[in-house]
Amino acid sequence: MSKKVVVIGGGITGMEASVQLSALGYSVTVLEKESQLGGHLNDWTVLFPNLRKGKEIVSFLEHGLELQEVNIIYNSKINEIKKINKHYEILLDNQKSIIADAILVATGFDLFDAHRKEEFGYGIYENVITSYDLEKIFAKGGEIKTPSGIKPKRIGFIHCVGSRDEKVNNHYCSNVCCVTGVKQAMELKTLIPDAEIFNFYMDMRMFDTHFEELYLESQKKYGINFIRGRLSEANEAIDKRIVIKVEDTLTSRPLKMTVDMMVLLVGMEPSKGTKEIANLLNLKLRESGFLKPEDDHTMSNVSNMQGVFFAGTCSGPMSIKYTFTDARAAVTKINCYLKEYELQNRIILN
Amino acid sequence: MSVFGFKINEGRVIDYDKTDKRIFNYLQKNEPSFNLCIFCGSCTSTCSAGNFTDFNIRKLKMNIRRGLTDNIEKETEKCMLCGKCFLICPRGVNNRNIILKVREALTKIESHDI
Amino acid sequence: MREEGKKQIWKDYQKEIADDHFFYVRSCIRQSFFPGSETAFINILREELGKDIYEHPDHTTCTGIGYHSDLVPFETIMTVVARHFALAKEAGYKNFAISCVTSFGIYSEIIETWKHFPETLEKTRENLYKATKREFDIPENIAHASDIIYKFRNEIAQRAKIKLINIKTGEPLNIVEHIGCHYSKMFPKYGQGGAEFPEVLAGMIDAWGGKVVDYPERRHCCGFGFRQYLVQANRGYSVANSKKKFDSMEPYKPDFILANCPGCSMFMDKWQYTISEMEGKTYAENQQGIPVLTYEELAGLVMGYNPWDLGLQYHQIQSEPLLRKLGIEFSVEDKYKTKDGRQMPIPECPANINF
Repeated sequence: MSKKVVVIGGGITGMEASVQLSALGYSVTVLEKESQLGGHLNDWTVLFPNLRKGKEIVSFLEHGLELQEVNIIYNSKINEIKKINKHYEILLDNQKSIIADAILVATGFDLFDAHRKEEFGYGIYENVITSYDLEKIFAKGGEIKTPSGIKPKRIGFIHCVGSRDEKVNNHYCSNVCCVTGVKQAMELKTLIPDAEIFNFYMDMRMFDTHFEELYLESQKKYGINFIRGRLSEANEAIDKRIVIKVEDTLTSRPLKMTVDMMVLLVGMEPSKGTKEIANLLNLKLRESGFLKPEDDHTMSNVSNMQGVFFAGTCSGPMSIKYTFTDARAAVTKINCYLKEYELQNRIILN
Repeated sequence: MSVFGFKINEGRVIDYDKTDKRIFNYLQKNEPSFNLCIFCGSCTSTCSAGNFTDFNIRKLKMNIRRGLTDNIEKETEKCMLCGKCFLICPRGVNNRNIILKVREALTKIESHDI
Repeated sequence: MREEGKKQIWKDYQKEIADDHFFYVRSCIRQSFFPGSETAFINILREELGKDIYEHPDHTTCTGIGYHSDLVPFETIMTVVARHFALAKEAGYKNFAISCVTSFGIYSEIIETWKHFPETLEKTRENLYKATKREFDIPENIAHASDIIYKFRNEIAQRAKIKLINIKTGEPLNIVEHIGCHYSKMFPKYGQGGAEFPEVLAGMIDAWGGKVVDYPERRHCCGFGFRQYLVQANRGYSVANSKKKFDSMEPYKPDFILANCPGCSMFMDKWQYTISEMEGKTYAENQQGIPVLTYEELAGLVMGYNPWDLGLQYHQIQSEPLLRKLGIEFSVEDKYKTKDGRQMPIPECPANINF
């Protein structure tokens, strides 16, 4: 009998890890809370940094699953997880129970709820939307209109919404928002060539392959404007356009600008599911609420519970590229563990 | 009018909706590298004029972007046109030509061509 | 603007406001410049709502203006506030009703300081005892007087003689509200509705039939700024703040400004005169200026109090056009008469404001 691995969460991490675990000969069950796989990836039409379609990635993952025998349980909810000797018993709310020799937690992230930045007026001013809302507008296709129903002539993107912000208790950087702002600005400019587009940023964190090039391209080919200054508050003008107030830090003066639409680049937070599973399994969390590995350098993916591993954005913000890498890294660790090679046995000398 | 012993302060806020973007638009068209500036300041640090006067080409470019062009003519006169700012720029912004184009734009504004 | 969005935020900032037995502390500015307001507040609570509200004859200024101007040290103002707490304790009161937003900010700041630094609280106890032989407890409930009017807004609406509508058009009046920085910018949790979309005044306007008008500079400070105003040469920057607000609200044609803080009320009222004199610019239609009402005055008007008993004649911007819109009857002859019928001097009409 092959050993059993239960993967909690059927997003990118869960899907890719299941394919690879199954390819290694393990019996894999994916527990997905929704009625479809793919998680947040389903909501993003075009991906940075090369503007390829999100669907292509979904199809790559799905094809992987088709080639393997992976048992997927949709709409599942976990009630309890019991540790019995070296394995785990997972009890679902439909009274079913599943035995696992190893568990991979892949519960992902939730988008920051932009309502919490009260001063930005999301949910109050109709022409304030999030980067996620903008993706839905892109997905719908057709002519781009503001929620007020006009073709936007001036659009402002606000960086770091819910990230690097003590006021919402998120000190970390969400990694993906800067480049998402550049990507979405370029997409909008393509759809509305005569629009003026501004990105209001604290730092442009263009750290990964081709990010800086995309940033340059956005200025060179698309004429996107970048203003270094964080939004202090937004207000609604009499015509329902949005008045943005920032400091233009490079001229050292306050700056006020009216835009037809303001897009909030919302960051990542530990998902509700991550918190629930962490609670059921007594997993260690970082101060940020993301899962904490046993050692930041040498034990990524390895939790404080024997036989429980994690990967992807439940451990911190990361882009799709790193999600794949992390999923595959976790598979290697699970494989070693199930073959009774324990990383923890290796000694670190001080 | 009564004498109150004080005057109502002018706002310091840059009201982007109202400032004059004619030079900005002219540069975008006639020296497209203008858009590529990331305001690192290497041009200013190496500037011959900036080392001995209050000329700041980084700030000048920024003010043009914001439409703050009141003193622009006087400012551009300080430039010695040495070209070091273009040589040093990590993003290939042709700063020297920007100065020339600003002067060109000012002439056109004066003759109501733009 | 989506009302539901604001209501969602309000849910997070529902402060506890005591129901009865208030120890009332007055405001220096309110009782000087809006002389009917505090009397109206006490009447509404005592006579209309049947509440117990007590004023101690020995209570003083909170010294807030001195504190914010660096004249009164923090140790001193803490002792002054502690003395008020002692007076309340001696009189058997546990709930404070504070008439001034500056004072309210100071009370909040001091109580928060004591929470975080218990040694400072002990030192204050010591200082007060040394100076007065008094002892105090931290009150159970701290409310700004507007919080209490807000709490009883529906009871007031039940007793209302008028609604905040234009009797000629039947439309609700457009009302701009200004809560004052120290009501909740320092401690959003102490303000009803928080700091960004506060509910305290908006709730009154809603309950009494008016329409709240939001405008881009709503959150901006009135410009009082204490030391900025106190030094004549700095007043230009104080008034510029109010002007920024007036310019921003003007397109919305507000029928009046409802203000929370006595300082803001005073400046937003009187600066309109200053601006009209210095720049010839007068706000509102027919160059009449935008009336600024305190919440007590508004509650009084809603309940049918005589505008001259409420002290509206002492405002810089006169309220007759507003009273006509609301269909409130008033006597022209009585406007500048004392309660016993003597004629007071009639102020001159400013050059650029039409009365």
